[in-house]
Amino acid sequence: MPELSKKDRMKIPRQPMPEQDSGLRSANFEEVNLGFTEELAKMEALRCLQCPKPVCIDGCPVEIKISDFIRLVAKGDFLGAASKIKEDNMLPAVCGRVCPQEEQCEAKCVVGIKGESVAIGRLERFVADFEREHGGSRTLEIKPKTGKKVAIIGSGPAGLSCAGDLIQMGHDVTVFEALHELGGVLIYGIPEFRLPKDIVKAEIDSLKSLGVEFQTNAVIGFTDTIDELMQSGYDAVFIAVGAGLPYFLNIYGENLNGVYSSNEFLTRVNLMKAYKFPDYDTPVFNVKDKTVAVFGGGNTAMDAVRTSKRLGAKNAYIIYRRSDVELPARKEEIHHAKQEGIEFLLLANPNKFIGDKDGWLTGVELIKMELGEPDSSGRRKPVPIDGSNHILDIDMAVIAIGNGSNPIIQQTTPELQFNKWGNILVNEETMATSKKGVFAGGDIVTGGATVILAMGAGRQAAKAINNYLNKINISV
Amino acid sequence: MYKIVVAEFLAENIKRFVIEAPKIAAKRKAGQFVIIRLKDGGERIPLTIADSDNPKGTITIIVQGIGKTTKELNSLNAGDLILDVVGPLGKPSHIENFGTAVSIGGGVGTAIAYPTAVALKQAGNHTISIIGGRTKDLVILEDELKQVCDEVYPTTDDGSYGFHGFVTQKLKELIDNGTKIDFVLAIGPIPMMKAVAETTRPYGIKTVVSLNPIMVDGTGMCGGCRATVDNKTVFVCVDGPEFDAHLVDFATLERRNRTYKEHEKESLHDYMCHFDKAFEDNLVTSN
Repeated sequence: MPELSKKDRMKIPRQPMPEQDSGLRSANFEEVNLGFTEELAKMEALRCLQCPKPVCIDGCPVEIKISDFIRLVAKGDFLGAASKIKEDNMLPAVCGRVCPQEEQCEAKCVVGIKGESVAIGRLERFVADFEREHGGSRTLEIKPKTGKKVAIIGSGPAGLSCAGDLIQMGHDVTVFEALHELGGVLIYGIPEFRLPKDIVKAEIDSLKSLGVEFQTNAVIGFTDTIDELMQSGYDAVFIAVGAGLPYFLNIYGENLNGVYSSNEFLTRVNLMKAYKFPDYDTPVFNVKDKTVAVFGGGNTAMDAVRTSKRLGAKNAYIIYRRSDVELPARKEEIHHAKQEGIEFLLLANPNKFIGDKDGWLTGVELIKMELGEPDSSGRRKPVPIDGSNHILDIDMAVIAIGNGSNPIIQQTTPELQFNKWGNILVNEETMATSKKGVFAGGDIVTGGATVILAMGAGRQAAKAINNYLNKINISV
Repeated sequence: MYKIVVAEFLAENIKRFVIEAPKIAAKRKAGQFVIIRLKDGGERIPLTIADSDNPKGTITIIVQGIGKTTKELNSLNAGDLILDVVGPLGKPSHIENFGTAVSIGGGVGTAIAYPTAVALKQAGNHTISIIGGRTKDLVILEDELKQVCDEVYPTTDDGSYGFHGFVTQKLKELIDNGTKIDFVLAIGPIPMMKAVAETTRPYGIKTVVSLNPIMVDGTGMCGGCRATVDNKTVFVCVDGPEFDAHLVDFATLERRNRTYKEHEKESLHDYMCHFDKAFEDNLVTSN
């Protein structure tokens, strides 16, 4: 293939992601994005300028060698590209789907200064899918066994990425999961149509094949305390339990029947497969031909509202107190939601829920908002407009305004230090907690954030734990 | 997988299971619960741990077959396996020497009250148990409680056994007869717990109930089990399951527990039809 000039490369348009038709998909749980074909992937890869100093890598929390893997894609060496990504990221099929690349690697991409940035996320996803469908890349190198054992609490993105790194460094790793299935938020939270569960399972299987051990039904704090884990022979512990305690709005009527947290609604549908009731035993509110309102504007809110549409809701609203520019969800998710017929009621805030005599939700009183001065987050503060109260008839509500910290570890591990929100305090460089040999990362430290930030924290912790374990070796 | 080692009916529709779960057996304290899932595709349901045997590594649960999952569980026998058992979950009962402690169990609630009655006795309380049932056969664990408690009073709604009347009437009788009661634990159907709360309220007797909301994960993650206590929202799985009976909003709990009534009917109906069909098929093949 003749070498393309920069100019030629810049002329190639960003390749579109093939999608399932919006009419069809709003009635099924199949994945929305279908993924690049080999041709689309190669064409997209040619758009990369192969910068001598690829700044895109600065935007990646796990520092994937982006230009290197894209060069391999352009050459058609897709398995080579997969190996290159896996040097830094054990879960590329997940990240290629759910990372906010537009705020990370793609935001830094030089091509994006004048035109549209290279579709790094779509390429990552293509490479990971190709590898999975074509029997895997070369086996990863595993260092000789160190004889050290690490316990990881939580099998979500932070725990999995930490496990992947530590096992390659030669340590024995056991991951403890509270639920009956592995994957944490990747399984219970993110819906099938955005992240198929088979893909999560395949990524976990590849960790198992490297020797990572998993224990489900293990609620650390109750089943074993952290002290007991350390007494039973673990040399270090990584706490990656996520946020996992849903916030509510604290308004009147929130405990009416038909009001859910996003965690509950999504867990029922995703983990427990309530959309297949009664073949699966767990039920969920029957929204068929009903009206659903989801409160919040993040990715979880989009997941919940799009899920309700797929369950047959006639009207599905996003209700958000700021305007569309402040919506925290990924642009792609908002775009997909709108295509699927989700209605956005912006600059609106709930005052109270209204129920019937049997305690079922029938409506919500909303008040219109306007944007005032910027608040501490730098976003313009929404201010209620007096007298703009009005009632919206709804049958089901989902509160998707974020998560606080789960109290179980705090209640059962007195030596750990927490901030006032219940987040574990750590040394930001080493992820070490106030308790010797215990590290923490992901949402339990930062508060609710993204999959990739949690994975970055997992990798950072793996490095620090490795250093810590090596030091123990020397001192013995 | 968790193996059932003993399965026996205590009363019609109420079955006692001893299950191998050594870690839970070693850890559990009175008042805590497990979440079980019978099989792939099954739902997660919370069940209070009635007893445990640490040397043998077993826990005991006592189950009333009401919905699909509890009926399906009650169809299992010794040697059968349960896919998932997770726990012990929830905060243990707050146990201290109150003086005279009354534990009240209604129906299968007696099984849930039993471990706490034992713990109250061990803490030095003069322990009284009132155990109620609609009829004689539904009064359970009387012998077990007699071995532990100082006084045990069975009651039946129909008068077929023990005191004729509700547990609250027996409680009122004790109070009126001058028994100085310092602490009451009441576990059973919501109307019963509510009635106990109203019985003790005028006397200012500290009263605790164990709530039984719908749960999914049981670890605080979903908030489905939220209840209103002292006008605040609590998560029963991590903040409870035991709360001050005088502060619990029982009406909200009862209402929220009805959320899936229609689903439960459908699920149970399907299950019973399968059950009947399997039974008929069995008759056909055995003929």
